[in-house]
Amino acid sequence: MTVTADLDARFRAHALRNGLVDVRYDVVDAPIGPLLVAATDRGLCRISFTPEGADEVLARTFGNRVLRVPLDDVRRELDEYFEGRRTAFDLPLDLRVAPFHEAVLHELALVPYGHTATYGGLAAKVGRPRAARAVGTVMNRNPIPIVLPCHRIVGSNGSLTGYGGGLHVKRALLELEGALLPS
Amino acid sequence: MMEVVAREAIPPFERFYMHHRDEVLAYLRRLLGQRAEDAWQETFLRALRAYARLEHGRHLRAWVFTIATNVAMDELRARPVARETVSQGSNGSDARAAVELRRDAYRELEHLTGDLPPTERAAVVLRYGYDLPYPDIAAALGSSEDAARAAASSGVRRLRRNLS
Repeated sequence: MTVTADLDARFRAHALRNGLVDVRYDVVDAPIGPLLVAATDRGLCRISFTPEGADEVLARTFGNRVLRVPLDDVRRELDEYFEGRRTAFDLPLDLRVAPFHEAVLHELALVPYGHTATYGGLAAKVGRPRAARAVGTVMNRNPIPIVLPCHRIVGSNGSLTGYGGGLHVKRALLELEGALLPS
Repeated sequence: MMEVVAREAIPPFERFYMHHRDEVLAYLRRLLGQRAEDAWQETFLRALRAYARLEHGRHLRAWVFTIATNVAMDELRARPVARETVSQGSNGSDARAAVELRRDAYRELEHLTGDLPPTERAAVVLRYGYDLPYPDIAAALGSSEDAARAAASSGVRRLRRNLS
C-alpha cells in the first residue's frame, strides 16, 4: 500500500496553504550540480551545494516542520540565470544573520553581474576597511550563494581564493557571467 | 550517550512523513476502506499541526498511529461503514482471558477485519498487522491497557466466529 504521487502532492499543497510549514525546500538540477533551495513565508532562505542532510540544518534554524514542495519561482529564476538570460534575481529573501553579516551581504548584493570585487573593497564599503578577513568569513557562511553573489568576490591580486561549492564552481559562475575567460 | 540523543531527536517533518506515510495509509484502508485517503490526509495535517510542539522524537510511530486511530474513529462514528455489525460489548472476565493469534493465523483472518466494530478492528489491526505493543494501542484507543487487550481479544474471537 503506497501513497500515490497525486495524494502526496495534494497533502503537501494543503499543508502549505494552511500555513503549517516552517520551511519548504526543493532540489534544483543546475549545470553545476544539484542545488537545495529553501524558503520560508518571508522568502528564499537557503541555497546549498550539498542537498544531503540539509533538511536537518534547516530544521535547526527555522523549525522542525520542514517539507519538500516545488519552489517554482526559485527554480525558474535559477534556470534563467544558468541559461544566461537573467542577470539579477527578483526573489524576496529571508536572511537570519548577525548585523555585521547582514551589512556585508547587503553590499555584496550590489556587486553587479559580470563584475568582481575584492574582500578588502567590500570591507571598505561597510566602513571596516581592515576587516577583509572577517568579510571572508561572511562569504564563507553566505546562506544564499549565487543569488547573493559571493562568487564575485576575489582576492586583491585577482585570485579566486575559495568558495563553498568548490573553486571549479566559482570559476564556472564567473565564466558564465563573462567575468572570466573560459579556461 | 550519542545514541540516546540521536534516538530522541525530532527528525525534520519530511523524514517522519516519508517514513510513515505508506503504513498509515494501509492501516486506514483496513479501518475505512475507500474513505481512507481523506482520513490519511487529515492524519498528517494533524501531525504537522502538533509537530512544532513535540518535545522529543520518541514513539513517533505509535504517536502517528494514535492520530490515525482518532481520525478513523471520528469518521466511523459520523458515518459507520455499511457492513459493520453492532458491538455486543464484551463480558469483563471473558475479555481479560487473553486471546492471541499467530501471525500466519492473522493473515488468514485479515480480510474479515472490515466486519469488526471500530474499536475491535483498530485494536486487532494495530496488534497483529503492525505489531504495536498494548500500551501503545491503549494510547491510540484512549483506553486502558486492559481495555485494549480486551478489544483485541474480543475482535479475534469475533473473527474466528465469522470465519466458521
